[in-house]
Amino acid sequence: MNLTLILFIVLAAVAVLSALGLLVSRSAIYAALFLVLNFATVAVFYLLLGAPFIAIVQVTVYAGAIMVLFLFVIMLLGAEKLPRAEGLPWQRPLAIGLAAILLVEALYLLLGRLQLSASLGNPSSAANSTDALAELGRTLFSQYLLPFEVTSILLLVAMIGAIVLTKKEKGEAQ
Amino acid sequence: MINAVPLSYYLIVSAALFVMGILGVLLRRNPLIIFMSIELMLNAANLAFLAFSRSFNVLTGQIFVFFVMTVAAAEVAVGLALIVIIFRTKHSINVDLMNSLKG
Repeated sequence: MNLTLILFIVLAAVAVLSALGLLVSRSAIYAALFLVLNFATVAVFYLLLGAPFIAIVQVTVYAGAIMVLFLFVIMLLGAEKLPRAEGLPWQRPLAIGLAAILLVEALYLLLGRLQLSASLGNPSSAANSTDALAELGRTLFSQYLLPFEVTSILLLVAMIGAIVLTKKEKGEAQ
Repeated sequence: MINAVPLSYYLIVSAALFVMGILGVLLRRNPLIIFMSIELMLNAANLAFLAFSRSFNVLTGQIFVFFVMTVAAAEVAVGLALIVIIFRTKHSINVDLMNSLKG
């Protein structure tokens, strides 16, 4: 039981509890803040896994940009609380049962093929994180250059799509 | 020292987060929270990606996580725009009201 394992267990508890908070909180604002907490803990997981760049991107893009967008839309629409809709009576137990089955299946598939004590790979490559970062950039801009460019087109299309979607309605209303 | 945590622990956390995302999609009626649950599932998949990437000592997992994040950002932009549109036409965003294709 060393320090890293203790840190991992505490973070895992925080991550799972904040996900539960997202699941049960009545107010959408609280749900969004729970999700920010979850993203922050997952970013620390990424640091533990030797991926500092991804951790920083997680904090800036996910916990920063995306969640601010979410909070903005929640407050814009005034959708903090929806009136409780009565769902189908059998929906909740069925959903929980199916989710439990999925969890068991996922754990069986993910862990059944591995030795439970399989430790993570050799840290030597990731120990020097600047080298790993340079290697990441080199791979991204050589081997994965085409997907990278396609991603930029995807972002452009999404941006134009969002603008067109929200603007058209305004023109019709006037 | 760095590798004190076995790969399986990360996979367990990832599976738990993913299942909670599924439950959020199935149980909640607020489309914004359903959307957040989808983000939670993407995040769980990213965690599994990075754990395997570290375990097999290849960098490809990190690159794919990078792509998943960009796609998630694009998805959020378009999805939230759609939710705003639905709110403008129906004056509510309860998913139970979204049962017709002609707004």
